Amino acid sequence: MGKTLFEKIWDTHIVQEVTDGPSVLYIDKHFIHEVTSPQAFKGIEDRGISIFRPAQVVATADHNVPTLNQHLPITDALSRFQVDTLIENCKKHGIELYGLGHEHQGIVHVIGPELGITQPGMTIVCGDSHTSTHGAFGTIAFGIGTSEVEMVFASQCLLQTKPKLMRINIEGALGKGVVSKDIILYIIAKISASGATGYFVEYAGSVVRALSMEARMTICNMSIEMGARGGLIAPDQTTFDYIKGRTFAPAGAAWDTALAYWQTLYSDADAAFDVELTIDAAAIEPMITYGTNPGLGIGITKNVPTAADMQDDGEQKNLEKALQYMGLTAGQSLMGMPVQHVFIGSCTNSRIEDLRLVASLVKGKTKHPNVQVMIVPGSQKVAKQVVQEGLDIIFKEAGFEIRQAGCSACLGMNEDKVPAGEYCVSTSNRNFEGRQGAGARTLLASPLTAAASAVTGVITDVRTLL
Amino acid sequence: MNKINTIHSRFVPLQEENVDTDQIIPARFLKATTREGFGKNLFRDWRYHNDNELEPKQDFILNDASYNGQILVAGKNFGCGSSREHAAWAIKDYGFLVVVSSFFADIFKNNALNNGLLPITVSEAFLASIFALDKEATLSVCLEKQTITIDATGAVETFDINAYKKTCLLNGYDDIDYLISNKAAIENFEKNRA
Repeated sequence: MGKTLFEKIWDTHIVQEVTDGPSVLYIDKHFIHEVTSPQAFKGIEDRGISIFRPAQVVATADHNVPTLNQHLPITDALSRFQVDTLIENCKKHGIELYGLGHEHQGIVHVIGPELGITQPGMTIVCGDSHTSTHGAFGTIAFGIGTSEVEMVFASQCLLQTKPKLMRINIEGALGKGVVSKDIILYIIAKISASGATGYFVEYAGSVVRALSMEARMTICNMSIEMGARGGLIAPDQTTFDYIKGRTFAPAGAAWDTALAYWQTLYSDADAAFDVELTIDAAAIEPMITYGTNPGLGIGITKNVPTAADMQDDGEQKNLEKALQYMGLTAGQSLMGMPVQHVFIGSCTNSRIEDLRLVASLVKGKTKHPNVQVMIVPGSQKVAKQVVQEGLDIIFKEAGFEIRQAGCSACLGMNEDKVPAGEYCVSTSNRNFEGRQGAGARTLLASPLTAAASAVTGVITDVRTLL
Repeated sequence: MNKINTIHSRFVPLQEENVDTDQIIPARFLKATTREGFGKNLFRDWRYHNDNELEPKQDFILNDASYNGQILVAGKNFGCGSSREHAAWAIKDYGFLVVVSSFFADIFKNNALNNGLLPITVSEAFLASIFALDKEATLSVCLEKQTITIDATGAVETFDINAYKKTCLLNGYDDIDYLISNKAAIENFEKNRA
């Protein structure tokens, strides 16, 4: 029987099988950032050992950095200390750091691909659950905890149990105004926030094949929001074209060798999956979430569910609690509801293509006066490209504020927060209680829907503006 | 790492599903560079009004002194969301040694196991029977036998745990000891694939 894409990569990275236990899995690339690494560095030092393969570790500062005045010392003392600790640790252990001010700095899941570090067939980990993003290149990429960061420091390996495999085929034609964020929000709403726990998910089908790398990354990024440890997509010409010529991409003869290998990375026709689903793209509308987990989403023209739509008492209670937090009523429509904030950024939707989408919609328009709009590019490179392409002028004329690269209001670790009780249409990945600030109410949506809502000041079906 | 085998304790019932790691430990507390001291901020925004320890939310279970114990019992999909290990550290630092749920998110489960915090997955029915107990009731956990028992009724359920992880917890070993002991195999693997 044939192998799945996942198995082809997994099998070539197994150092050792452990009897009745997990396998020793070799890790090609290890991304680290300031928040989940300091305790791992300390652990290594306490054990009196050194980092086994420092050249395979790449660091950046993204989660806990300001998005204003990055050339000045960080004002928050704890944040400054954490970022300084990363600088010191990287220096001490010989790790390449793309810190604040470096031209390669940015959100870890944006810079890995854009620098050509992320390549098909690799195993990639990072102390961040959205490491699944890199799966868009046909990699096994997943988030790990800090103890696991320490394990990779110590051995360039992890003990892992092989996950179950799911394939989600997306077929048919996408409607007007429907983009990859809508696809993944639709899938999560369909199978729930825990529907893929224990699985790695391969996304396939004609719709996926037609997507750009940026759009594929958005889909793989949110795999974790349905519980999957990771998501992946077989590399193809779109992937190869994206990688070619990037800073750390192979070149010359090395490119030919790499390409020959990459072209073998697909699930064989007779490969078996534990679960297989097919999604009809035509059924997907622009999506928006109404609740406090990413599975609580609806098509923009649909009404918020009622208790009668829920399957059991537990779900009913969850719905009630979520709606209470969100200040919403069962059965209501979201369209036309005023919003106070729009956040465009995060490892889900802060790439140049996302910002081009936003610009295409807002060009010649201005934001509604009651809405504050923040655009946070995913990296220094993206920020530079925004200026080169003149998108910054479109955004400024629209009254959007452009910040510097970082995770920003996606997780509310720095100053970029949404005030309690206010609504934010956000292109990020989580709408948990307090995620964007204590009491903040997050509505997840695509960059297009976010842009549309910024212009109208209310939750808007973007198709009415196209 | 601490060893775990038998635990006999009262429990704290948190009857919520999809408890995400942002609730367990909000992001603003992740600025620390050590593993210690997260317990005081466990479930911070469910515990206090206005982020103020002087304004406890009376209806939140951790603020009800009549509930206590080393076992936290919660609804399904516990620990979903972020990979922050701070969530496991906070639960442990608060004083829990065991978390019981009908379903755990993957990364949280690994993080717990790597910190001597035992995640026990039970059936929905067994979970419901724990939630139905009165607050004085006790539970007994035996990792060696892989059992969890409701002491008052004698109802017992066995739970799954990876044999390797079980050995680690029983003996206080961690994965790094194991991985370092296999360095020759890792170097050999690197040589062969080059």
